[in-house]
Amino acid sequence: MIVAKQKPFETIYGMVAPNKRIMLAGCGSCVTVCFAGGEKEVGILASLLRMRAQKDRKDLDVVEATIKRQCDVEFIDELKPKLDGVEAILSIGCGAGVQYIAERFGKTIVLPGLDTTFLGVTEAMGVWTERCQGCGDCKLHLTAGVCPIARCSKSLLNGPCGGSMNGKCEVSADTPCGWQLIVDRMEALGILDRYEQITPANDWTASRDGGPRRIDREDLHEIK
Amino acid sequence: MVEVPSEKMSPATTPVFEPRIVALLCHYCAFAAADMAGVMRLQHSPNIRVIRLPCTGKLDILYLLRAFEEGADGVMVAGCEEGSCHFVKGNLVAKRRVNFTKGLVAQVGIDPERLRMYNLSSSMGPRWAEISREMIEHVRSLGPSHLRREK
Ligand code: SF4
Ligand code: SF4
Repeated sequence: MIVAKQKPFETIYGMVAPNKRIMLAGCGSCVTVCFAGGEKEVGILASLLRMRAQKDRKDLDVVEATIKRQCDVEFIDELKPKLDGVEAILSIGCGAGVQYIAERFGKTIVLPGLDTTFLGVTEAMGVWTERCQGCGDCKLHLTAGVCPIARCSKSLLNGPCGGSMNGKCEVSADTPCGWQLIVDRMEALGILDRYEQITPANDWTASRDGGPRRIDREDLHEIK
Repeated sequence: MVEVPSEKMSPATTPVFEPRIVALLCHYCAFAAADMAGVMRLQHSPNIRVIRLPCTGKLDILYLLRAFEEGADGVMVAGCEEGSCHFVKGNLVAKRRVNFTKGLVAQVGIDPERLRMYNLSSSMGPRWAEISREMIEHVRSLGPSHLRREK
Protein backbone atom coordinates (compact mmCIF):
# COMPACT_ATOMS: atom_id res chain seq x y z
CA MET A 1 0.00 0.00 0.00
CA ILE A 2 0.93 3.67 -0.23
CA VAL A 3 1.99 4.78 3.23
CA ALA A 4 1.61 8.38 4.32
CA LYS A 5 1.56 10.43 7.47
CA GLN A 6 -0.26 13.57 8.43
CA LYS A 7 1.55 16.87 8.17
CA PRO A 8 2.07 18.72 11.46
CA PHE A 9 -1.24 20.16 12.62
CA GLU A 10 -0.07 23.77 12.63
CA THR A 11 1.15 23.42 9.02
CA ILE A 12 -2.27 22.16 7.97
CA TYR A 13 -4.05 24.87 9.93
CA GLY A 14 -1.82 27.50 8.34
CA MET A 15 -2.80 26.28 4.87
CA VAL A 16 -6.54 26.30 5.49
CA ALA A 17 -6.79 29.32 7.80
CA PRO A 18 -7.34 31.93 5.04
CA ASN A 19 -10.59 30.17 4.08
CA LYS A 20 -14.03 30.30 5.66
CA ARG A 21 -15.34 27.06 4.28
CA ILE A 22 -13.27 24.07 3.31
CA MET A 23 -13.88 20.48 2.35
CA LEU A 24 -11.80 17.87 4.13
CA ALA A 25 -11.59 14.94 1.75
CA GLY A 26 -10.51 11.51 2.95
CA CYS A 27 -9.69 8.43 0.90
CA GLY A 28 -11.02 4.97 1.72
CA SER A 29 -8.07 2.96 0.40
CA CYS A 30 -4.33 2.91 1.26
CA VAL A 31 -4.36 5.89 3.60
CA THR A 32 -7.29 4.45 5.53
CA VAL A 33 -5.30 1.29 6.18
CA CYS A 34 -2.30 3.28 7.43
CA PHE A 35 -4.52 5.48 9.63
CA ALA A 36 -3.49 8.70 7.91
CA GLY A 37 -6.40 9.81 5.76
CA GLY A 38 -9.53 7.70 6.16
CA GLU A 39 -12.97 8.56 7.48
CA LYS A 40 -11.81 8.42 11.10
CA GLU A 41 -8.90 10.77 10.46
CA VAL A 42 -11.24 13.13 8.60
CA GLY A 43 -13.47 13.28 11.68
CA ILE A 44 -10.59 13.92 14.04
CA LEU A 45 -8.84 16.51 11.88
CA ALA A 46 -12.10 18.33 11.11
CA SER A 47 -12.89 18.58 14.80
CA LEU A 48 -9.40 19.86 15.61
CA LEU A 49 -9.50 22.45 12.82
CA ARG A 50 -12.85 23.76 14.00
CA MET A 51 -11.66 24.02 17.59
CA ARG A 52 -8.41 25.66 16.53
CA ALA A 53 -10.30 28.24 14.46
CA GLN A 54 -12.59 28.99 17.37
CA LYS A 55 -9.55 29.69 19.48
CA ASP A 56 -8.64 32.40 16.96
CA ARG A 57 -12.30 33.52 16.92
CA LYS A 58 -12.45 32.69 13.23
CA ASP A 59 -15.26 31.14 11.25
CA LEU A 60 -14.23 27.87 9.68
CA ASP A 61 -16.76 25.52 8.21
CA VAL A 62 -15.42 22.06 7.49
CA VAL A 63 -17.37 19.82 5.13
CA GLU A 64 -16.34 16.22 5.78
CA ALA A 65 -16.28 13.80 2.84
CA THR A 66 -14.53 10.47 2.45
CA ILE A 67 -14.68 8.65 -0.85
CA LYS A 68 -13.62 5.13 -1.79
CA ARG A 69 -10.60 6.25 -3.81
CA GLN A 70 -9.23 9.65 -4.75
CA CYS A 71 -7.40 8.23 -7.77
CA ASP A 72 -10.53 7.45 -9.82
CA VAL A 73 -12.81 10.13 -11.24
CA GLU A 74 -15.96 8.07 -10.63
CA PHE A 75 -15.41 8.49 -6.91
CA ILE A 76 -14.05 12.04 -7.05
CA ASP A 77 -17.26 13.17 -8.73
CA GLU A 78 -19.16 12.14 -5.59
CA LEU A 79 -17.60 15.20 -3.94
CA LYS A 80 -19.20 17.60 -6.39
CA PRO A 81 -22.63 17.96 -4.71
CA LYS A 82 -20.93 18.93 -1.45
CA LEU A 83 -18.75 21.66 -2.93
CA ASP A 84 -21.21 24.52 -2.53
CA GLY A 85 -19.39 27.54 -1.13
CA VAL A 86 -16.21 25.54 -0.55
CA GLU A 87 -13.17 27.76 -1.05
CA ALA A 88 -10.51 25.08 -0.73
CA ILE A 89 -10.32 21.31 -0.55
CA LEU A 90 -7.92 19.82 1.96
CA SER A 91 -7.23 16.29 0.76
CA ILE A 92 -5.82 13.68 3.07
CA GLY A 93 -5.37 11.19 0.26
CA CYS A 94 -1.92 10.42 -1.14
CA GLY A 95 -0.24 12.89 -3.48
CA ALA A 96 -1.92 11.24 -6.47
CA GLY A 97 -5.33 11.78 -4.90
CA VAL A 98 -4.62 15.43 -4.12
CA GLN A 99 -3.60 16.07 -7.72
CA TYR A 100 -6.44 14.17 -9.29
CA ILE A 101 -8.99 16.09 -7.25
CA ALA A 102 -7.28 19.32 -8.35
CA GLU A 103 -7.48 18.25 -12.00
CA ARG A 104 -11.16 17.45 -11.64
CA PHE A 105 -12.10 20.71 -9.94
CA GLY A 106 -10.15 23.32 -11.89
CA LYS A 107 -11.51 26.34 -10.00
CA THR A 108 -10.96 25.19 -6.43
CA ILE A 109 -7.72 25.35 -4.48
CA VAL A 110 -6.62 21.87 -3.40
CA LEU A 111 -4.24 21.43 -0.46
CA PRO A 112 -2.29 18.39 0.78
CA GLY A 113 -2.83 17.29 4.38
CA LEU A 114 -0.45 14.33 4.21
CA ASP A 115 3.16 13.65 3.42
CA THR A 116 3.04 10.67 1.10
CA THR A 117 6.03 8.58 2.01
CA PHE A 118 6.50 5.10 0.57
CA LEU A 119 5.17 1.81 -0.77
CA GLY A 120 5.24 -0.54 2.13
CA VAL A 121 3.70 -2.99 4.52
CA THR A 122 2.15 -3.05 7.98
CA GLU A 123 4.93 -4.60 10.02
CA ALA A 124 3.01 -4.47 13.30
CA MET A 125 0.01 -2.50 14.53
CA GLY A 126 1.09 1.10 14.07
CA VAL A 127 4.36 0.30 12.31
CA TRP A 128 4.84 0.57 8.55
CA THR A 129 8.02 -0.02 6.61
CA GLU A 130 9.16 0.50 3.06
CA ARG A 131 9.43 -2.37 0.61
CA CYS A 132 9.34 -1.08 -2.97
CA GLN A 133 10.28 2.05 -4.90
CA GLY A 134 8.33 1.29 -8.05
CA CYS A 135 11.51 1.08 -10.13
CA GLY A 136 9.60 -0.26 -13.12
CA ASP A 137 11.93 -3.26 -13.64
CA CYS A 138 11.52 -5.61 -10.72
CA LYS A 139 14.62 -7.47 -9.62
CA LEU A 140 13.24 -9.58 -6.82
CA HIS A 141 13.97 -12.84 -8.73
CA LEU A 142 17.67 -11.94 -8.62
CA THR A 143 17.78 -11.05 -4.95
CA ALA A 144 15.86 -13.82 -3.22
CA GLY A 145 12.72 -11.72 -2.93
CA VAL A 146 14.28 -8.85 -1.00
CA CYS A 147 14.39 -5.52 -2.84
CA PRO A 148 17.92 -4.15 -3.24
CA ILE A 149 16.60 -0.78 -4.36
CA ALA A 150 14.14 -0.02 -1.59
CA ARG A 151 15.82 -1.87 1.24
CA CYS A 152 19.45 -0.99 0.67
CA SER A 153 20.01 2.63 1.62
CA LYS A 154 22.26 3.08 -1.42
CA SER A 155 20.14 0.97 -3.77
CA LEU A 156 23.19 -1.15 -4.53
CA LEU A 157 22.62 -3.94 -7.01
CA ASN A 158 25.77 -5.73 -5.89
CA GLY A 159 26.06 -5.34 -2.15
CA PRO A 160 26.69 -5.06 0.63
CA CYS A 161 28.87 -2.01 1.01
CA GLY A 162 31.54 -1.68 3.69
CA GLY A 163 29.05 -0.08 6.07
CA SER A 164 27.12 -3.26 6.77
CA MET A 165 27.68 -4.22 10.39
CA ASN A 166 26.04 -6.93 12.48
CA GLY A 167 23.13 -7.01 10.08
CA LYS A 168 22.51 -3.28 10.34
CA CYS A 169 22.97 -0.55 7.76
CA GLU A 170 25.46 2.21 8.48
CA VAL A 171 22.70 4.76 7.94
CA SER A 172 21.01 3.89 11.22
CA ALA A 173 21.18 1.23 13.89
CA ASP A 174 17.44 0.66 13.39
CA THR A 175 17.75 -0.12 9.70
CA PRO A 176 18.48 -3.69 8.71
CA CYS A 177 21.10 -3.93 5.96
CA GLY A 178 19.15 -4.85 2.83
CA TRP A 179 22.03 -6.88 1.50
CA GLN A 180 22.38 -8.82 4.72
CA LEU A 181 18.69 -9.71 4.34
CA ILE A 182 19.32 -10.80 0.75
CA VAL A 183 22.28 -12.99 1.66
CA ASP A 184 20.48 -14.51 4.66
CA ARG A 185 17.50 -15.41 2.56
CA MET A 186 19.63 -16.84 -0.26
CA GLU A 187 21.33 -18.98 2.32
CA ALA A 188 18.05 -20.15 3.81
CA LEU A 189 16.77 -21.01 0.34
CA GLY A 190 20.00 -22.84 -0.55
CA ILE A 191 20.67 -20.53 -3.52
CA LEU A 192 23.70 -18.71 -2.21
CA ASP A 193 25.49 -19.47 -5.52
CA ARG A 194 23.34 -16.72 -7.09
CA TYR A 195 25.14 -14.23 -4.95
CA GLU A 196 28.18 -14.81 -7.16
CA GLN A 197 26.36 -13.44 -10.20
CA ILE A 198 27.17 -9.81 -10.80
CA THR A 199 24.23 -7.63 -11.80
CA PRO A 200 25.28 -5.19 -14.54
CA ALA A 201 24.78 -1.45 -14.22
CA ASN A 202 21.09 -0.72 -14.17
CA ASP A 203 19.09 1.01 -16.87
CA TRP A 204 16.97 3.39 -14.86
CA THR A 205 14.77 4.60 -17.69
CA ALA A 206 11.92 2.39 -16.48
CA SER A 207 12.20 4.24 -13.18
CA ARG A 208 11.75 7.98 -12.51
CA ASP A 209 14.81 8.79 -14.65
CA GLY A 210 12.71 8.15 -17.73
CA GLY A 211 10.32 10.96 -16.77
CA PRO A 212 6.70 10.65 -15.61
CA ARG A 213 5.51 7.16 -16.37
CA ARG A 214 2.41 5.92 -18.10
CA ILE A 215 0.88 2.52 -18.61
CA ASP A 216 -1.54 2.19 -21.49
CA ARG A 217 -3.53 -1.01 -21.97
CA GLU A 218 -5.55 -0.87 -25.15
CA ASP A 219 -7.45 -4.02 -24.25
CA LEU A 220 -8.97 -2.11 -21.36
CA HIS A 221 -9.89 1.07 -23.20
CA GLU A 222 -13.50 2.08 -23.17
CA ILE A 223 -15.31 1.10 -26.38
CA LYS A 224 -16.88 4.23 -27.77
CA MET B 1 -30.87 15.06 31.28
CA VAL B 2 -30.42 17.35 34.29
CA GLU B 3 -30.00 21.00 33.44
CA VAL B 4 -26.95 22.59 35.00
CA PRO B 5 -27.39 26.21 35.99
CA SER B 6 -24.82 28.05 33.88
CA GLU B 7 -23.45 30.35 36.58
CA LYS B 8 -24.83 30.01 40.07
CA MET B 9 -24.68 32.98 42.42
CA SER B 10 -23.26 32.22 45.80
CA PRO B 11 -24.66 34.02 48.86
CA ALA B 12 -21.80 36.50 48.62
CA THR B 13 -22.93 37.09 44.99
CA THR B 14 -19.57 36.04 43.57
CA PRO B 15 -20.43 33.88 40.57
CA VAL B 16 -19.45 30.24 41.09
CA PHE B 17 -18.31 28.53 37.97
CA GLU B 18 -20.26 25.32 37.49
CA PRO B 19 -18.27 23.11 35.14
CA ARG B 20 -19.96 20.84 32.66
CA ILE B 21 -18.25 17.50 32.58
CA VAL B 22 -18.90 14.58 30.28
CA ALA B 23 -18.16 11.20 31.87
CA LEU B 24 -17.71 8.14 29.69
CA LEU B 25 -18.15 5.13 31.93
CA CYS B 26 -17.64 1.44 31.42
CA HIS B 27 -20.82 -0.57 31.93
CA TYR B 28 -19.04 -3.22 34.01
CA CYS B 29 -17.34 -1.06 36.59
CA ALA B 30 -17.58 2.72 36.78
CA PHE B 31 -21.18 2.83 35.57
CA ALA B 32 -22.14 0.16 38.10
CA ALA B 33 -20.24 2.06 40.80
CA ALA B 34 -22.12 5.25 39.93
CA ASP B 35 -25.33 3.26 40.13
CA MET B 36 -24.33 1.91 43.53
CA ALA B 37 -23.50 5.42 44.70
CA GLY B 38 -27.09 6.30 43.82
CA VAL B 39 -28.46 3.32 45.73
CA MET B 40 -26.33 4.38 48.68
CA ARG B 41 -27.94 7.82 48.44
CA LEU B 42 -24.60 9.51 47.76
CA GLN B 43 -25.32 12.67 45.86
CA HIS B 44 -24.70 12.64 42.13
CA SER B 45 -23.74 16.07 40.95
CA PRO B 46 -25.59 17.51 37.96
CA ASN B 47 -22.23 18.88 36.78
CA ILE B 48 -21.45 15.42 35.46
CA ARG B 49 -23.31 13.96 32.52
CA VAL B 50 -22.82 10.26 32.17
CA ILE B 51 -22.52 8.31 28.94
CA ARG B 52 -22.37 4.54 29.28
CA LEU B 53 -19.90 2.57 27.18
CA PRO B 54 -20.08 -1.23 26.85
CA CYS B 55 -16.36 -1.16 27.80
CA THR B 56 -13.85 1.69 27.76
CA GLY B 57 -12.31 -0.22 24.85
CA LYS B 58 -15.21 1.27 22.87
CA LEU B 59 -13.87 4.73 23.61
CA ASP B 60 -13.39 6.63 20.39
CA ILE B 61 -11.09 9.65 20.13
CA LEU B 62 -13.97 11.35 18.36
CA TYR B 63 -16.22 11.03 21.45
CA LEU B 64 -13.66 12.98 23.43
CA LEU B 65 -13.13 15.62 20.76
CA ARG B 66 -16.85 16.00 20.19
CA ALA B 67 -17.43 16.62 23.89
CA PHE B 68 -14.83 19.40 23.93
CA GLU B 69 -16.09 20.81 20.65
CA GLU B 70 -19.61 20.99 22.06
CA GLY B 71 -18.26 23.01 24.95
CA ALA B 72 -17.62 20.56 27.77
CA ASP B 73 -15.26 22.05 30.38
CA GLY B 74 -13.93 18.63 31.27
CA VAL B 75 -14.14 15.06 30.08
CA MET B 76 -13.55 12.02 32.25
CA VAL B 77 -13.22 8.40 31.29
CA ALA B 78 -13.61 5.72 33.94
CA GLY B 79 -12.92 2.06 33.41
CA CYS B 80 -12.10 -1.04 35.41
CA GLU B 81 -8.92 -1.30 37.41
CA GLU B 82 -5.95 -2.30 35.30
CA GLY B 83 -5.82 -6.07 34.99
CA SER B 84 -9.52 -6.59 35.56
CA CYS B 85 -11.14 -5.39 32.35
CA HIS B 86 -14.13 -7.54 31.42
CA PHE B 87 -12.73 -7.63 27.88
CA VAL B 88 -9.13 -8.07 29.03
CA LYS B 89 -7.49 -5.02 27.43
CA GLY B 90 -10.26 -2.47 26.89
CA ASN B 91 -9.15 -0.13 29.66
CA LEU B 92 -5.53 -0.24 28.50
CA VAL B 93 -6.59 0.70 24.98
CA ALA B 94 -8.68 3.53 26.46
CA LYS B 95 -5.72 4.79 28.48
CA ARG B 96 -3.66 5.10 25.30
CA ARG B 97 -6.45 6.87 23.46
CA VAL B 98 -6.91 9.28 26.34
CA ASN B 99 -3.19 10.06 26.36
CA PHE B 100 -3.12 10.45 22.58
CA THR B 101 -6.13 12.78 22.72
CA LYS B 102 -4.43 14.92 25.37
CA GLY B 103 -1.77 15.66 22.74
CA LEU B 104 -4.41 16.47 20.13
CA VAL B 105 -6.40 18.89 22.25
CA ALA B 106 -3.25 20.64 23.43
CA GLN B 107 -2.63 21.57 19.77
CA VAL B 108 -5.91 23.47 19.64
CA GLY B 109 -5.47 25.35 22.88
CA ILE B 110 -7.39 23.09 25.27
CA ASP B 111 -5.55 22.31 28.49
CA PRO B 112 -4.96 18.52 28.38
CA GLU B 113 -5.62 18.55 32.12
CA ARG B 114 -9.31 18.91 31.26
CA LEU B 115 -9.24 15.26 30.27
CA ARG B 116 -8.72 12.58 32.88
CA MET B 117 -8.97 8.84 33.16
CA TYR B 118 -9.89 6.97 36.35
CA ASN B 119 -10.00 3.29 37.22
CA LEU B 120 -12.35 1.76 39.75
CA SER B 121 -14.36 -1.40 40.33
CA SER B 122 -18.12 -1.87 40.35
CA SER B 123 -18.24 -2.16 44.13
CA MET B 124 -16.70 1.27 44.68
CA GLY B 125 -19.78 3.47 44.98
CA PRO B 126 -18.21 5.85 47.52
CA ARG B 127 -15.07 6.08 45.38
CA TRP B 128 -17.22 7.20 42.44
CA ALA B 129 -18.71 9.96 44.58
CA GLU B 130 -15.18 10.95 45.58
CA ILE B 131 -13.68 11.08 42.07
CA SER B 132 -16.72 12.98 40.79
CA ARG B 133 -16.15 15.64 43.42
CA GLU B 134 -12.45 15.63 42.70
CA MET B 135 -13.00 16.07 38.95
CA ILE B 136 -15.52 18.85 39.46
CA GLU B 137 -13.16 20.76 41.76
CA HIS B 138 -10.25 20.14 39.42
CA VAL B 139 -12.12 21.49 36.39
CA ARG B 140 -13.54 24.33 38.44
CA SER B 141 -10.00 25.38 39.25
CA LEU B 142 -9.15 25.38 35.52
CA GLY B 143 -12.06 27.67 34.72
CA PRO B 144 -14.43 27.48 31.78
CA SER B 145 -13.30 26.08 28.44
CA HIS B 146 -12.93 28.72 25.72
CA LEU B 147 -15.30 26.59 23.64
CA ARG B 148 -18.03 26.67 26.28
CA ARG B 149 -21.39 27.81 25.01
CA GLU B 150 -23.96 29.42 27.24
CA LYS B 151 -27.45 28.28 26.52
S1 SF4 C 1 13.10 -4.17 -7.64
FE1 SF4 C 1 11.91 -2.37 -8.19
S2 SF4 C 1 9.81 -3.09 -8.53
FE2 SF4 C 1 10.95 -4.72 -7.45
S3 SF4 C 1 10.49 -4.36 -5.29
FE3 SF4 C 1 12.38 -3.25 -5.73
S4 SF4 C 1 11.77 -1.18 -6.33
FE4 SF4 C 1 9.96 -2.47 -6.37
S1 SF4 D 1 24.95 -1.17 4.87
FE1 SF4 D 1 23.70 -2.56 3.65
S2 SF4 D 1 21.73 -1.46 3.33
FE2 SF4 D 1 23.20 0.03 4.10
S3 SF4 D 1 23.99 0.96 2.26
FE3 SF4 D 1 25.40 -0.70 2.75
S4 SF4 D 1 24.65 -2.49 1.66
FE4 SF4 D 1 23.03 -0.95 1.61
